[in-house]
Amino acid sequence: MDKSDLFKFCLRLGDSCLIMAHRQSEMCSNGPFLEEDIAQTNLGLDLLGQAEALLIYAAKLEGKGRTSDDLVYKRPERDFYNFMLTEQPNTDFAFAVVRQYIMALYLDKVYETLSNVDDETLSGIALKALKEISYHKSHLGMWVTRLGDGTEESHERVQTAFNELWMFVGELYEEDELDLKMQHAGFAVSGDEMKSHLFSEISSCLTKATLSIPESVYMTTGSKKGIHTEYLGYLLTEMQYLQRAYPDANW
Amino acid sequence: MSLVENKKLIYRYLSEISDPEIPVINIVEMGVVRDVLFHGSKLEIKLTPTYSGCPAMDMINQLVEEKLHSKGYVSVAVTLVYKPAWTTDWMSDETKEKLARYGIAPPVGKVASKKTLLNNEHVSCPQCGSKNTEMKSMFGSTACKALFVCKKCLEPFDYFKCI
Repeated sequence: MDKSDLFKFCLRLGDSCLIMAHRQSEMCSNGPFLEEDIAQTNLGLDLLGQAEALLIYAAKLEGKGRTSDDLVYKRPERDFYNFMLTEQPNTDFAFAVVRQYIMALYLDKVYETLSNVDDETLSGIALKALKEISYHKSHLGMWVTRLGDGTEESHERVQTAFNELWMFVGELYEEDELDLKMQHAGFAVSGDEMKSHLFSEISSCLTKATLSIPESVYMTTGSKKGIHTEYLGYLLTEMQYLQRAYPDANW
Repeated sequence: MSLVENKKLIYRYLSEISDPEIPVINIVEMGVVRDVLFHGSKLEIKLTPTYSGCPAMDMINQLVEEKLHSKGYVSVAVTLVYKPAWTTDWMSDETKEKLARYGIAPPVGKVASKKTLLNNEHVSCPQCGSKNTEMKSMFGSTACKALFVCKKCLEPFDYFKCI
């Protein structure tokens, strides 16, 4: 396995975890009730831990003296490779739930695959994260059902969230050259396998939640090349504020 | 002193460090200390996080360094290991009893399958012992705990999740 390929692979996964962690941190004090507020931020904390482990490893693989903090705080928008889905804002609680639910299904498959690879660091991170993600999946799936099969308004809002976010799901099973290399090495499943995993999980959950699978829409693409929706720029402005205002501040 | 005795001594020092979140148990009982290695005069302590994002980890690193420095070990390196992943299975029965006495319901069962992982049945109230309890939230005051309430004595309590 080429080190620079593995670096890029870890960077992509780490970036998605990082950006989700930031979005989840925005839920702090904005949860629908106290217990759920704590749950939402705890989901963010798990993702932040996974992001940190992945980015520390990425920085080491790159071997150019950059640290994980450099990767987080000193890259511009076009050098981030998180999925567009992960940067979508917490428009309302249903959006946060749907975004995290779909990503939990995705990460479950990713970590399951990585837990068996012949790379001590990655398999270690994956085995640990897999346990955490199983809680995410169960908690968020519960919310999809609860909102969908809840009141008329909660039903409508969660259906809207699925409809609006659906165009970002295509990226999760899209394949570029790097993906094919990683698949070949056994570090990732094929796009087809990921797609059928996501669709079968989502469709059984949506049936239970009395929701419908969104109609097929145009699937957007670009994050693997660093192209993002407008939201990432604002997110980074806030996340990187301190390092931008006081470069290399340390304590 | 032999290597084994030396190692034992270090473990004894480390067991003087309480978990920053749960002061009644120490970091050795918690299973966070994975190994103690001697590289000449250098000491390496291998730690594993309970959860990937455990915010107490940095503090534990610091406490380990401080403790060993105070015992005269000049060169101490703390390294983080992820494999094998930390599990509540490593907690002894004695540790679980300490948790219960402190008011935290200890993990029920072993993490043999994914089913046990999310199993929330049979959690007893640490206050009155009743099994008539209900989960309020899968995520409690820290990532490793869930929030429960006892339907008999009506006390809310933390449950240490099986992981």
